[in-house]
Amino acid sequence: MNAIGWPNWRSLNQEGIVFAIAVVLFAAAAIGLPGFIDPNNLVAIVRSVSVLGILALGMAIVIIGRGIDLSAVAIMAMSVAWYLQLLNSGTPDGLAFAYVLAGVLAIGLLNGFLVAYADVPAIFVTLATGSFVFGYVRSQLISQDAVPVPQGHWVELLGGLRFLDIPVEVFIFAGLAFVFFLFLRFTKWGRYIYFAGDNPVAARNIGIPVRPMLVLRYVLSAFVALIAGLLTAASLHSINTRIVNSTLLYDIVLVAVIGGIGLSGGRGGVRNVLVGAALIGILLNAMTIIDIPLLYQNLIKAAILLGAIIVDGFINPRDEQTAQQGDI
Amino acid sequence: MSFRERLQSWRYNLVPDHVVGEILTKRWTDNAIPFLALVATLGVFGSLIPGFFKLTALQDSTRQLGEFSLLVTGMTVVMLGGGIDLSVGSIFALSCFSAVYVFFILEQSVWLALAASIATGLLFGAINGYLIGYFRLRAFLTTLVTFIFGRALFDILVTTYAADVQLSSATSDVLDFIGDGTFWGLSVAVWAAIILAIVTHVALTRSRPGWHVLAVGGSRRSAHNAGIRVRRTVFMTYVFSGFCASLGGFLIACRLSGAGPGTGLNLEIMALTAAVVGGVSLGGGRGSVVKGLMGAIIVLTMTNGLIRMGYGTGTNQMVLGIMLAVAVTIDIRWLKNRDKVLNEVYVAPVYLKMGATQSAASGSGTPYELDNRLSAADHIGLGELEGPEDVILDRDDHLYCGTRHGEIVRFFAPDYIRSEVFAHIGGFPLGLAFDKSGNLISCVGAMGLYSVSPQREVRRLSAETSRSWTSVVDDARLRDPNDCDIAPDGRIYFTDSTKRYDAHDWALDSIENRATGRLLVYDPKDGSTKTLLDGYRYTNGVCMAHDGKSLFFAESWACRVHRYWLEGPKAGTAECVIRDMPGYPDNINRASDGNYWMAWLGMRTPSFDLSLRHPDMRKRMTRRLPQDEWLFPNINTGGVVKFNETGGIVEAMGDLSGDAHPMVTSMREHKGYLFVGGILNNRIGRYRIPGADPNWTSPASYWGTRS
Repeated sequence: MNAIGWPNWRSLNQEGIVFAIAVVLFAAAAIGLPGFIDPNNLVAIVRSVSVLGILALGMAIVIIGRGIDLSAVAIMAMSVAWYLQLLNSGTPDGLAFAYVLAGVLAIGLLNGFLVAYADVPAIFVTLATGSFVFGYVRSQLISQDAVPVPQGHWVELLGGLRFLDIPVEVFIFAGLAFVFFLFLRFTKWGRYIYFAGDNPVAARNIGIPVRPMLVLRYVLSAFVALIAGLLTAASLHSINTRIVNSTLLYDIVLVAVIGGIGLSGGRGGVRNVLVGAALIGILLNAMTIIDIPLLYQNLIKAAILLGAIIVDGFINPRDEQTAQQGDI
Repeated sequence: MSFRERLQSWRYNLVPDHVVGEILTKRWTDNAIPFLALVATLGVFGSLIPGFFKLTALQDSTRQLGEFSLLVTGMTVVMLGGGIDLSVGSIFALSCFSAVYVFFILEQSVWLALAASIATGLLFGAINGYLIGYFRLRAFLTTLVTFIFGRALFDILVTTYAADVQLSSATSDVLDFIGDGTFWGLSVAVWAAIILAIVTHVALTRSRPGWHVLAVGGSRRSAHNAGIRVRRTVFMTYVFSGFCASLGGFLIACRLSGAGPGTGLNLEIMALTAAVVGGVSLGGGRGSVVKGLMGAIIVLTMTNGLIRMGYGTGTNQMVLGIMLAVAVTIDIRWLKNRDKVLNEVYVAPVYLKMGATQSAASGSGTPYELDNRLSAADHIGLGELEGPEDVILDRDDHLYCGTRHGEIVRFFAPDYIRSEVFAHIGGFPLGLAFDKSGNLISCVGAMGLYSVSPQREVRRLSAETSRSWTSVVDDARLRDPNDCDIAPDGRIYFTDSTKRYDAHDWALDSIENRATGRLLVYDPKDGSTKTLLDGYRYTNGVCMAHDGKSLFFAESWACRVHRYWLEGPKAGTAECVIRDMPGYPDNINRASDGNYWMAWLGMRTPSFDLSLRHPDMRKRMTRRLPQDEWLFPNINTGGVVKFNETGGIVEAMGDLSGDAHPMVTSMREHKGYLFVGGILNNRIGRYRIPGADPNWTSPASYWGTRS
């Protein structure tokens, strides 16, 4: 297209804008903030967004398929908390992990089943299961808010693992991003997700197994949450379940939406997650260096997220004629 | 009757299966599940927790309930308008803080605090409403974000001003009264919740803005097309929700005399759960304030009850999560499958053993023997007409008939080639009759009894009778007015064939075979309609006897003709004059020789007669087979039968070729000709009756020759 002189509109999409903002912000921070450009700080930035980015990958896959997973943080924190609690009470590692895997799988399946087969809107299902997972694990399975990692356990060792002075979660994030990229771009089911997200009815009509794929997406998201939870526990040597009540969940949505993954589904990919994570990482780091209190950071993040979904509303306007009744 | 059949007849005729379907058509069934849940919740927690219903305990929990109900009412209105408001918790907290700030730190009056509170709520609601209503953002995510925003703001404000509030010495009797006092035994919060609920309920059900909210929630596009300002309506719902939340926030500020980090925490998911558990539908249009309140009581009882029973951290979230998931799923599945369930259970066939009949086959030698005479009839309006159920001629020999398109068409004498639309009614005109002053009276399917003057003014005479005491579905409405005739005193006798189905579902009624047909009378003197007889299997044609002292009416699915006495010793009673005919009778009209013509809309078949003895089979059939494979009365052959005053059959004729008049629903004799109509036919037939009086007309027979 450029060859015949058309302006390249693709460079003006949200992803491009956000990337440009991220670069500008990075440059500004590098010039204006002392210690920002320091290699250790850069590693810290990447490290800080790794867990967020991993969670956002799972969220991205769900959002591309025209859903949303509000139970991600609850699954992340509570599955690992349960795992650690089991370990601390003497359950063999393999058995404990099997329990947790089964639990995570069950919640993913439940989410997927209710969304796909009972036709319940994803936001309500995942809001409810998130609340349930937190409440059930907190009240029935663990005894206090924070559960420590047992001494010498592999999760603790994982936290100390470094390669070229870079923490291991950065590599895990990169690896997962690459796997998700391959899945979304080059596998049949990955491509189907875009079709199903763009127009679920048409996708179903041409024979795509829309419903089993929906279930698969929520299961994937749940497993990704488990991985993110293990990494969090690895770096902090414990897991604090109060994270469920924090704004982490909205940070995840923020990363996905601000990177340019339209909430109406069918658009975006791994690159958008990376761009969104970069912007948020730089922003959070810069705010921390400037020493903005956490409460104000939340306010700023909320304002940005609000701005992001307003922009999303303009870029991906909802079509009044085809919008489903009850699509809220 | 074999034992098996006796069992069948008991099972299907005595057990009122049809009531299940009728109850399911009622809207209040939507309320039944949340109501039962409410009773169960109160019962369980009331029995588990000692002193649950004690006045002091109730006083405290109702105060909380009052505040919570305010929020739920706001949430209900937003959800009815098709949205959702997750920011109510934040608005609640911020309004609470506004009140606290104005009262304790600025040391202003309580009323100013209330004003500040409400202003905060309205502002926040307006932001939500603007983004969702005018910018058309997604309600769920937008309010989620404004919720975080509001929460973050509140956390900052509370940590900043907490110490100042603690140190403040402001006090007020008004504040204490609002927070702790009672008025007629109820706290201010409960009064506020009740008043707001009543006002909101009245506004939603009886005012224009309320209807607009329901219309937008029911179908945004249709509401837009109907000229409703959708965006403004959506905007207003969020403003209202903000207002409700701010009232709640003000009340808790008075109750606790302060604001803490926990104020309004988790309220959004509680309010959402309450609304959904109460039965307010996601996606809008269905629900009510009362449902929201029921949900509020359920949710608050559960969460408070669990706390008082000593369950630890997280139990609330667990229970809320389960309740929300279950309620949403039930709501979605119920809405989606309600019609399916209704279709499955609505048709409830009964057992009937039809009496043995004589054959109508040609060559059988019975009085019912059908010949092929009608196939020789001329046709009128061939291809122009659709569905002339009844035909009638006036004194000037013009021919009238109803059509499927909701019109009464007039064909001009003498050749009946030219035609015009005489009157547009809107429903399907079935039975026709002329009264003394020349008005054309018509039974209009699914609408009622109508009168068309010679000047073509259409007037509704009757659309309802009195309701019977045992009816579940309102049976005052005329569902299938079918045929009418007029007594010498001007009273109009007419039939309403079934209470169970609309006119076009007559085939379902024949399969169900439940006796719900009625004979009614309309009195033009006072405009009243009375039910004379009830409980017949599809009452159909009505005809005044020649002497005007009795009338004949047909009972289609039982193949019988009854005589109803207007005068004489048997006045007000009916007797069966013809039973067990081989055909299903339709309209009845006078013949010139003192006898009566009767149309047969179809013929009995051994297979359908057998199926009437197997209601279980018919039930399975309507559930499992597509409609075009159902077994129902044969309407491929009909006929015209003449019977005399005592019910003896004089003659029968038909169209065995099936080309011209396979199904006959009406016939009218006029000057030696018989005009034949059929509800599924595309023509009117004109058959010359050999030996008939060439001067006899129906109007003259009823009302005398023109003076």
